[in-house]
Amino acid sequence: MVGKSKAMEAAKEIVIKTEPFVVNFGPAHPSTHGVFRMRMTLDGEVIVDMEPVFGYLHRGIEKLAEERTYTGCIPLTDRMDYLASMSNNFAYVLAVEKLAGIPVPERAEYIRVIMAELQRIASHLIAVGAFLNDCGAFMTPFVYMLREREKILDLFDMVCGQRLTYNYMRVGGVSQDIPDEFIPALKKFLKEMPGWINEYERLLKENEILLARAKGVGILSRELAINISASGPVLRGSGVKWDIRRADPYSIYDRFDFDIPTGTVGDCYDRYRVRIEEMRQSLRILRQAMKGLPPGEARSDVPHLIRPPVGEAYARIEAPKGELGFYLVSDNSIAPYRFHVRAPALINLTALSDMMRGWKIADAIIIFGSIDICMGEVDR
Amino acid sequence: MAMQMLPPDWPGNFWAHWAIFTVIILVFVLATVMVFIWFERRALAIMQARLGPNRAGPFGIFQPVADALKVMLKEDIVPAAGDKIVHWLAPVVAFVPVLMVFAVVPFQGGAILADLNIGILYVVAISSVTVVGVFMAGWASNNKYSLLGAMRQVASVVSYEIPVVLSVVGVILLAGSLSLQQIVLAQDIPFILLQPLGFLLFFIGALAEINRTPFDLMEADSELVAGFHIEYSGMKFALFYLVEYAEALVISAIVATIFLGGWRGPFLPPWLWFLVKVGLVFFVIVWIRATLPRVRIDQLMALAWKFLFPLALLNLLITAVEILVFPAVSPWVLVGVNIAIMIVLVILWSRLFKLGGGRVNV
Repeated sequence: MVGKSKAMEAAKEIVIKTEPFVVNFGPAHPSTHGVFRMRMTLDGEVIVDMEPVFGYLHRGIEKLAEERTYTGCIPLTDRMDYLASMSNNFAYVLAVEKLAGIPVPERAEYIRVIMAELQRIASHLIAVGAFLNDCGAFMTPFVYMLREREKILDLFDMVCGQRLTYNYMRVGGVSQDIPDEFIPALKKFLKEMPGWINEYERLLKENEILLARAKGVGILSRELAINISASGPVLRGSGVKWDIRRADPYSIYDRFDFDIPTGTVGDCYDRYRVRIEEMRQSLRILRQAMKGLPPGEARSDVPHLIRPPVGEAYARIEAPKGELGFYLVSDNSIAPYRFHVRAPALINLTALSDMMRGWKIADAIIIFGSIDICMGEVDR
Repeated sequence: MAMQMLPPDWPGNFWAHWAIFTVIILVFVLATVMVFIWFERRALAIMQARLGPNRAGPFGIFQPVADALKVMLKEDIVPAAGDKIVHWLAPVVAFVPVLMVFAVVPFQGGAILADLNIGILYVVAISSVTVVGVFMAGWASNNKYSLLGAMRQVASVVSYEIPVVLSVVGVILLAGSLSLQQIVLAQDIPFILLQPLGFLLFFIGALAEINRTPFDLMEADSELVAGFHIEYSGMKFALFYLVEYAEALVISAIVATIFLGGWRGPFLPPWLWFLVKVGLVFFVIVWIRATLPRVRIDQLMALAWKFLFPLALLNLLITAVEILVFPAVSPWVLVGVNIAIMIVLVILWSRLFKLGGGRVNV
């Protein structure tokens, strides 16, 4: 009896104490979409604080570009958002054309729009697939979407011989005209793609578990989204109808008829829905662009070494991940004096810590996945 | 149908019976697990529009053999700061109980190692021991991911055992025995028809118990990388891999035995019927894995305590009432009634759930 009461007294003295602990996610982790690193302070499963650490993929692209000719910078832009190289090319050549005042033939404009919209679909396929994979749908949606991305890559392969780093657009046009077999292949793709999108929708759109996991999770409020200058599907998911193709039309986007899908509350599910709807809208633009494609030159007469007048220019496009902008300063030499990129993925990431706080580890992964980043662009 | 109620005298005496059946079970489990690994990878691949293993042997059937050889040659790494003894013991503690469960599974009438009169209780009790091994692994690795995975596992098993056991009680009431052999003999109509709700609850709970999608939280590839076995390599990792599939085999065998009528069926030989049913259940598990996303830990708990647990109690009550009050009613009438009750209850109860949300203020 004496022993027992002593033990009970000892037990009373033990106070169960919990304290937050730090877990390191990444840079090598299956769900970090590259080499992102998160230092999470956890209380059990709940995230108390999250500190993003990036820079693991920094290659100094902005500095490298200052040593190259204006045309020589195009391959560098391929390596930024490597899931959407065409869009990067597009934004960059727009900036150079604005800086040097170079005209673009009509046909090249149409080809550029076709490429940019195909690229948007390809990038959203990866974004949605990876997001669903993060939710735990073991690879199935991801592989389905890769299957369709593969068809887009085949189309790109046709026009420029590359599958990842296209280097297709040139200042004043595109590197070469599209081959004869491209348009029939594009027609076939446009005919089949809506069915495939419906297939993804049938698989998971109304799935109870996905709704439970993604609805109301990781809400990015409208005010916060605007304050951090988020853009792209992240901003539109929060209910802001802002699309540069409409708000500040570049190239020939003012000629096309398309809707801007928006979400309502700004949760992960809304961002997922916005991406799926945008794919459908891109198909609409593609159909119109294919119909309107005029004959003619695919590239205007541009000197080999471009020497823009002294000055600066900023061109922006609606890239798959948001507003992608290039800011160039020229000192009338053959290389840009300053080359700055407004990377949408980096800026969309700034709200990550606020979005994650209070959620569980499992939620943190899908919140991160729903932002859709590409480390090549974040770190540059 | 003249069935033997007790283990047959063949092959002569108790020790010979024991030795032969132990060898048969060991070979059966290991061979079936290999086939299952191949089958899962192949079936998943076909569902995901890819090829899957197709190099080693016809249709890649020898891929698990190649994997096993590879894994045996791998270096065995123990974390420097880990608990060496527990780290070594954990795979064994996890693996042995899974094997032991097969002692009471009847492969056909009389083909059973030990026809325990508490068979189903034994299954429920022994299969839970695996969790101890998993928790040991998570603790001994001295890794935060492992610990998180192991804690998720312990928490979920505590919640899931109760509805699983309660849904089995319905079957026991119908069969009037705990012996798996007697349960099979009692199934003139497979219990999946007489106990549709019980089957559903048992299957959901079982998925959580063996950590298959959508309840694979403890390994959660996209969150915890590999969960409790993140620090394991070589043969120890292979043992955990075996456990995973052997557990799936156990659950398939138990579901086939207590809900699908075990070895009973027309035309085919009984043992083949049993294998076909086991394979069918496993196929459904693979199918679910290819389709569904993963739930979150608090949603898993909510599902266990707010959905499965009350429904399991109701199911028990309904079964008891049917047996006591309407013993003379034809079972086929009860089949219709039970299926209707299941549909109504599941729809009503799922209305109570709020989807999404779940933020904690910090």
